[in-house]
Amino acid sequence: MSMTMTQKILADHAGLKEVKAGQLIEARLDMVLGNDITSPVAINEFEKAGFNSVFDKSKISLVMDHFTPNKDIKAAQQCKQTRTFARKFDIDNFYDVGNMGVEHALLPEMGLVAAGECIIGADSHTCTYGALGAFSTGVGSTDMAAGMATGKAWFKVPAAIKVELSGKLPQYVSGKDVILHLIGEIGVDGALYKSLEFMGDGLSSLSMDDRLCISNMAIEAGAKNGIFMVDETTVEYMKGRVNREYKIFKPDEDAEYDRVIKIDLAALRPTVAFPHLPENTKTIDQVGEVKIDQVVIGSCTNGRLEDMKAAADILKGRKVAQDVRCIVIPATQHIYKECIRLGYMDIFIDAGCAVSTPTCGPCLGGYMGILAEHERCVATTNRNFIGRMGHNLSEVYLANPAVAAASAVTGKITDPQEVM
Amino acid sequence: MKACGRVFKYGDNIDTDIIIPARYLNTSDSKELAQHCMEPVDEQFFKNVKKGDIMIGGFNFGCGSSREHAPIAIKECGISCVIAKSFARIFYRNAINIGLAIMECPEAAEAIQAGSEVSVDFDTGVIKDITSGKEYKAMPFPDFINNIIKKGGLLNSIK
Repeated sequence: MSMTMTQKILADHAGLKEVKAGQLIEARLDMVLGNDITSPVAINEFEKAGFNSVFDKSKISLVMDHFTPNKDIKAAQQCKQTRTFARKFDIDNFYDVGNMGVEHALLPEMGLVAAGECIIGADSHTCTYGALGAFSTGVGSTDMAAGMATGKAWFKVPAAIKVELSGKLPQYVSGKDVILHLIGEIGVDGALYKSLEFMGDGLSSLSMDDRLCISNMAIEAGAKNGIFMVDETTVEYMKGRVNREYKIFKPDEDAEYDRVIKIDLAALRPTVAFPHLPENTKTIDQVGEVKIDQVVIGSCTNGRLEDMKAAADILKGRKVAQDVRCIVIPATQHIYKECIRLGYMDIFIDAGCAVSTPTCGPCLGGYMGILAEHERCVATTNRNFIGRMGHNLSEVYLANPAVAAASAVTGKITDPQEVM
Repeated sequence: MKACGRVFKYGDNIDTDIIIPARYLNTSDSKELAQHCMEPVDEQFFKNVKKGDIMIGGFNFGCGSSREHAPIAIKECGISCVIAKSFARIFYRNAINIGLAIMECPEAAEAIQAGSEVSVDFDTGVIKDITSGKEYKAMPFPDFINNIIKKGGLLNSIK
């Protein structure tokens, strides 16, 4: 019986020799995650069910990142409820304003997730940790509550799509373009209920930040998870962060894949997803004249250090166009400090950007950059649904950080090569 | 168990930001969430929906975020069942976990018109369009999931 990477991790955590697609299993969890929006619902359920202990206080992460620093009184109440819960059960990994970061940038950075682990999170972008070779998937608050109480979750073992990468990305093309290209190819439900498994010769040229971005948006193709083969880059990244044993799983040579998609990284161009679905992709040369009002550079998709560098390289010595607001949000405190140390912060501020403490804020239309009627935003975030960043008649265009920064300079969606 | 009601029909890829925009997620109060359900595409939905009504969607219903607030808002509005051509996986899971009945039936989701009277039999999976007189058969749930629903949701089933 041959298995995919995902199936091997699930079998390992279910205590089974083998599993096959479609099988229902109960798996042991290595980490259960929640944020300030999803945790309160989970805590309500946890308390209603009468649980009075958590399965392992070191394997729960509560990150106050969505509407924090608190956007209003209700948001403050939700954080307070979560904080009280965290203290009551002495949760090790409770991250609040001052040390929190955007959850899916923070957990890998802190070494809280590692290769071969099985992770659930009450946030759809929990699939990000697949970049480290983990099985990691988004669930709802009830699953989170059950996970915190029992350390287990039920899963239907997914079938898989293999994504074979070759070549090397050109300049100004990043992980964001790889995943937008893929979603454009297969559609927003192209991987529904399935795993996306990334491998091939091209892998070695992709940085950890690129991989985290690609796995992050696997959900935007409907996937259950998006996982990468572990290589030297992964092991190097985990060094000094992950201080526990981890396991590396490789797919069997004859593992069954429903579909194989080949992507030549060298052939990719900067890619933009037009409103109102991530699958509405165009390469930069097909975009035409799209004037913009705002740029957001940040989020769990593109708020990492390489993303900051890509934006800083473009914005250095340049100015944000008149009547364009450019909001830059480093995803964690560590990334924020690195931006200061490396001089990116001066570049951003001198260019006329607003730089914020870590928050998910504008990505989901919470606060810190809400759009008015008919306004357009180029964002390095992950969703461009109707009303996602504000007014129902506003528009979000998804792009990589270099495109976003170049667009901020010109006031319209722009190929970075045109300004450099 | 049966449901019977009038149909509210929407298209493909109804995402969770449509079902309940994130700006309202500063509360977990289901009654407050319900007031904004479907707001971006159907501002009158909350006013028009009645207890027992049925929601129909196309492919990939509930895609996007993992917010359980989405099925909670739909359920609180009084919707007795969501029928769709397909469901996004996290929404599917959340609906079961909180006890919102859902049925995957592409034929019914395609053919049944907005405003039709429809009855759904959860035991047999039969969806009946009373207005047109046509019948459809939905995929039944596997036993494992039926057990969760029977016990009134995931947490009751593991207690």
